[in-house]
Amino acid sequence: MVVGNGVGDAVDALIELDGVEKVFQVRRKAGLMRRERREVRAVDGISFRVPRGEMVGYIGPNGAGKSTTIKMLTGILVPSGGRLRVAGIDPSRERTRLARRIGVVFGQRTTLWWDLPLRDSYALVRRMYRIPDDRYRHNLDRCVELLNLGALLDVPVRQLSLGQRMRGDIAAALLHDPEVLYLDEPTIGLDVVSKAKVREFLRDVNAEQGTTVLLTTHDLTDIELLCKRVMVIDHGRLVYDGGLDGLHAVGESERTLVVDLERELPPIEVPGARTVRVEGPRQWLAFPATSSAAPIVAAVADGCPLVDLSVREPEIEDVIARMLHGAEDRAGRTT
Amino acid sequence: MAESAVSNGLRAYGLIVGMWVRSTMAYRTSFLIMTLGNFLATGLDFVAIALMFTHIGELGGFTLDEVAFLYGTTSVAFGLADLALGTMGRLGQRVRDGTMDTLLVRPVPILAQVAADRFALRRLGRITQGAVLLGWSVARLDIDWTVDRALLMPVMLLSGGAIFGALFVLGGAFQFWAKDASEVQSAFTFGGTTLLEYPPTVFGKELLRGVTFVIPLAFVNWLPALHILGRPDPLGLPDWIGFAAPLVAGGCCAVAGLAWRAGLRAYQSTGS
Repeated sequence: MVVGNGVGDAVDALIELDGVEKVFQVRRKAGLMRRERREVRAVDGISFRVPRGEMVGYIGPNGAGKSTTIKMLTGILVPSGGRLRVAGIDPSRERTRLARRIGVVFGQRTTLWWDLPLRDSYALVRRMYRIPDDRYRHNLDRCVELLNLGALLDVPVRQLSLGQRMRGDIAAALLHDPEVLYLDEPTIGLDVVSKAKVREFLRDVNAEQGTTVLLTTHDLTDIELLCKRVMVIDHGRLVYDGGLDGLHAVGESERTLVVDLERELPPIEVPGARTVRVEGPRQWLAFPATSSAAPIVAAVADGCPLVDLSVREPEIEDVIARMLHGAEDRAGRTT
Repeated sequence: MAESAVSNGLRAYGLIVGMWVRSTMAYRTSFLIMTLGNFLATGLDFVAIALMFTHIGELGGFTLDEVAFLYGTTSVAFGLADLALGTMGRLGQRVRDGTMDTLLVRPVPILAQVAADRFALRRLGRITQGAVLLGWSVARLDIDWTVDRALLMPVMLLSGGAIFGALFVLGGAFQFWAKDASEVQSAFTFGGTTLLEYPPTVFGKELLRGVTFVIPLAFVNWLPALHILGRPDPLGLPDWIGFAAPLVAGGCCAVAGLAWRAGLRAYQSTGS
């Protein structure tokens, strides 16, 4: 059963999955000659719909089946069972026809040509996708401007930093005006500035072009800033589908306010938060992730001599773990 | 549908090759040195053969000029395939490191992308070397140029290229299952050229049967060349057998195409 409020049962669904499965046969050495055959259900009956223009986060622990799902949605992998449609197309049957209508960014590996300058890669993409000249120039100019690619166009891809390469990859995936954009860990390994730039750009693309976006990430801030809807997958099953608020509520996850005081003080007591740790003049206050930090900061500043403060977001793994435990606990309580 | 996939594939192949050629030409001197290196390196084998002939008058009943003819035709045929499809050997690497996936999200056939990847124009060196040697041998040999022999010359070179090309694709397809198998491919392609540079008469009958009926390398140059040189086939096959080369090449390409599709399908169901 899927927890959450299940948004996206709209009529104009651009991505549709009905009971999609992917089973791998894994062969493992068991002893000197013997080989054990084992079935791994990487995706175990997933169903969801994403309406046109929505931006959805697709999260879960490592090995939960996120990448496998994306590979099926792009036609890289053929599903073992279930029904799957993207823009009305069965991805694995009409891979090349679908490819013209989707953009894909793999955070871990580039789709650009390693030895070529960005400019040449883009020119090749233009001809491969048969992008009309005016659209190409418009899209490239836009990407170059918003992603600060101007100085990088003549640099071979292998010489780009991770953040630069990622920006280059995102631009390449958008030159042909895709209706759907899949992003597999688009901010992994990026510095704060690059992350911010990428997020801002993605939000613009989604708002202005109405591009449907499905992204996997390990960074909850990506979801927070970009997605109204988040889906959580665990052991190949969809375990949550709804807003990020709902996810925090279900998992009862907490944010942490870290305050540096002028001197050592006894644990601070403010309403809506509890002090979980004290180390010299530094104190850690936990409060529900669904509530605002502002009143708590105000209350602390009101009563104590404050030097510095920061707010720490919960880790995505923690939120999911708490959510899964929470769901189990509730199930245990009701039966 | 199938036809548009072929034309789409050829177009994409042309695009990617064009881009690599342009990028190669940005470093013209380096290209010229590499091509010259390729020219010399691939010609060394013939130097070894020529040295051998300073001690012997003939090899398996073939003169130096005739061996040069075999050597030249092999080099040109293999060179054509190597130029067009030589980077297929990297496919296993792509499967291993996962970059195969990035090819699968583009709207063009995978074979075109893999074949054109890092297209190396320096491989013209081998073709040039083969052509020079072939011209030299033809000028020295006293060939009775009847119409059928003159016709068989280009047919032989193109069919030979196609047979080697099919072997490259077959070897590539095999790497979808066996990711480290680029050496297996080399055994048949590079190994095959070494075989075909020598007269068939120096090899045992079993080997000749193998490369005629199993892996039809004999159709690359031996069988057509025997007809052009006016020599009988050591296996006793009829004189016209050399003209079957295009049919054999077509068959090889069909088998390679099917193997490629099967390999790609296997990849798409296992993802590794």
